[in-house]
Amino acid sequence: MQKTTNIMIVGVGGQGSLLASKLLGGLLVDEGYDVKVSEVHGMSQRGGSVVTYVRYGERVASPIITEGEADYILSFEKLEAARFAACLKKGGHIIVNTQEIDPMPVLIGKAEYPHDVLAELTAKGVDVDAVDALAVAQAAGSAKCVNIVLLARLSKHLGIPAEKWREAIVKSVKPQFKELNLKAFELGEKL
Amino acid sequence: MIGNEAVARGLYEGGLGFVSSYPGTPSTEITEFLSKYDESELHSEWAPNEKVAMEAAFGASLAGVRATCAMKHVGLNVAADPLFTLSYTGVSGGLVICVADDPAMHSSQNEQDSRHYAVAAKVPMLEPADSAEALAFAKAALDLSEQFDTPVLLRMCTRVAHSQSVVETGERANTEKKPYVKNGEKYIMMPGNAKKRHPVVEKRTEALAAFAENCPFNRVEKGDGEIGIITSGTCYQYVKEMFGDSADVLKIGMPNPLPRDLILNFAASVKKLYVIEELDPVIENHCRALGLDPVGKALFSPIGEYSQATIAKAFGKAVTAGETANSPIPVRPPMMCAGCPHRGMYYTLAKNKVTVLGDIGCYTLGAQPPLSAVDSTLCMGASVSGIHGFNLSDKEAAGRTVAVIGDSTFMHSGITGLVNIAYNGSNSTVIILDNSITGMTGHQQNPTTGFNIKGDPAGKVDLEALCRAVGIRRVRVVDPYDLAACDKAVKEELSAPEPSVIISRRPCVLLKYVKTAPPLSVNTEKCRACKKCLTLGCPAISMKQGRAHIDATLCVGCGVCSQLCAFGAIEKEG
Repeated sequence: MQKTTNIMIVGVGGQGSLLASKLLGGLLVDEGYDVKVSEVHGMSQRGGSVVTYVRYGERVASPIITEGEADYILSFEKLEAARFAACLKKGGHIIVNTQEIDPMPVLIGKAEYPHDVLAELTAKGVDVDAVDALAVAQAAGSAKCVNIVLLARLSKHLGIPAEKWREAIVKSVKPQFKELNLKAFELGEKL
Repeated sequence: MIGNEAVARGLYEGGLGFVSSYPGTPSTEITEFLSKYDESELHSEWAPNEKVAMEAAFGASLAGVRATCAMKHVGLNVAADPLFTLSYTGVSGGLVICVADDPAMHSSQNEQDSRHYAVAAKVPMLEPADSAEALAFAKAALDLSEQFDTPVLLRMCTRVAHSQSVVETGERANTEKKPYVKNGEKYIMMPGNAKKRHPVVEKRTEALAAFAENCPFNRVEKGDGEIGIITSGTCYQYVKEMFGDSADVLKIGMPNPLPRDLILNFAASVKKLYVIEELDPVIENHCRALGLDPVGKALFSPIGEYSQATIAKAFGKAVTAGETANSPIPVRPPMMCAGCPHRGMYYTLAKNKVTVLGDIGCYTLGAQPPLSAVDSTLCMGASVSGIHGFNLSDKEAAGRTVAVIGDSTFMHSGITGLVNIAYNGSNSTVIILDNSITGMTGHQQNPTTGFNIKGDPAGKVDLEALCRAVGIRRVRVVDPYDLAACDKAVKEELSAPEPSVIISRRPCVLLKYVKTAPPLSVNTEKCRACKKCLTLGCPAISMKQGRAHIDATLCVGCGVCSQLCAFGAIEKEG
């Protein structure tokens, strides 16, 4: 049986990670995979850490991803990439938006934001693709396209033709934001 | 399709004609998806609370229509009263009660196991393990309800409710409304009739237990006969993830009533028997009552969620975690949004060192630092009921204690507490944080908003008039963006010699119709770095290069921080 691929999408509540998982899940179903996507709603959406699991393969049982299982961690924020790094499989890849969003303990001066976490991970041999996705998204026309920029980086790994990704984007976003998101995808791919 | 959408689809396909619910994570989307169907096919509504919802669904069933209500696990506590007697009356139109448990408490105040309700109320319960089963079980539950003349509980949990997996949809069944027939012996539960109904319930349980031996919801998957695992719901998926097809599995899709022979035969067919179930040992205890000695809670915790890793570790398999960074990772708790109207009132309460009996909603987040303004949170409505007992028992308390409760939660179960304050006379101050929506569960309408579940204009409760009508003479409204007004209101009502209500009113800043102001910025020349603005706990405000800084992408210009700044350093941009 073909092995299951595990993708974790992590970030801060309100950053648009649910759209990313929805788009990715839809694309993978269209590609003929068995797919499971697991989200957590409610309390955690209010500016807290959010995690979404996307698993696909020939037959997927569990909807969640645990320690050492993720092939990819797609992180919308630097600190969140480090928070969930233990879930990465040996040889897995972290794709991370280098944006820093201060959590409450940092905002009120009770903790320091660990600026060097990505370097620390790289030093331990973790493959980290650090992208200023916010800048790329802004160049495409909207800060809200960070999710598409990160998906564009992920698309290089999954072996699904870029055309299919573009179709999935068109399907998932409102018509008036189609061009904007396709542009963000193109810029993300070219990085 | 997420599990909750699949439940909605299954109920729709089963000919559902009525849904009434109160929102609660992780159950909310069941009703939201059902509300998308046309009113001509099925009626949908948000009820003020779960008890009302279940009783409305009972009424629909009594009238001969297939009906449902959906709630979170703690919502079933609220609706437990009708549930236990609905077991006696049975149904006319099929009645399915969806209940969503939240192991690990992603969005809940406890992690109770709702299977106990099925056992205690003597009603059948179905438990799907993924979206495809959620659809199939929901549809079948309506038939089962009519077949056995009983309400049916459909148990979801977070990982089934909020996971997406592939489903196949079907056509909607063509179910006719049954004619209403008066039947007092069945539906009037006074002692004479109820005494006759209880034996009916016991017989039905026996019939359901016999049905459980050979029903489509329970199945055996043969493995190599070494170990046998009895499991249900999302745990089944973790078992399959770990063992594939090697272990023998008895998958329970109907956790109440549990079968006897099916379990005994399964146990006899394997060398070692395990029960893997999240939360309480319901299946395990049943096995023990049958004389079996499975490995269950001796190996698996009754606390929190499981995963494939939980099972791997329990069976002694190595789980290798990935590399981690050396720096400590600060926690990122959820917090009130920038511009949240609750913040101004909480700041006022914290500043005045008021004891705050809190309640359930977004405003529970006022308990987080730096505001740390909440003293207790128990369950929906407990703030208003609790302050009465607190103030009567601590004579000093009345002048320095308030209850805070949201508009939706006040409708849910705050009103009766307020009636008690007025009736039994405690000098209590209740603050209704009215943000014109049910916030935490993702913006559902409620009886105070003036709109129904479909967003159409609807009856609107006048909170001021309601509070006066129950006997509170001092009722006032303040704008929580106005700190001086909040301070005045709190001080005056706390010192008043009679009970009072302060309605702190401003719509949730995330509502689409709310127009926000341009972001504010800090004049670094004027800022003295006193950090007063940081005490608000606004996610837009931090210290940068030794001065306060406002993140323009987050700030909505509410202006609360500028009222705090003694140096006039927080200004409108441009």
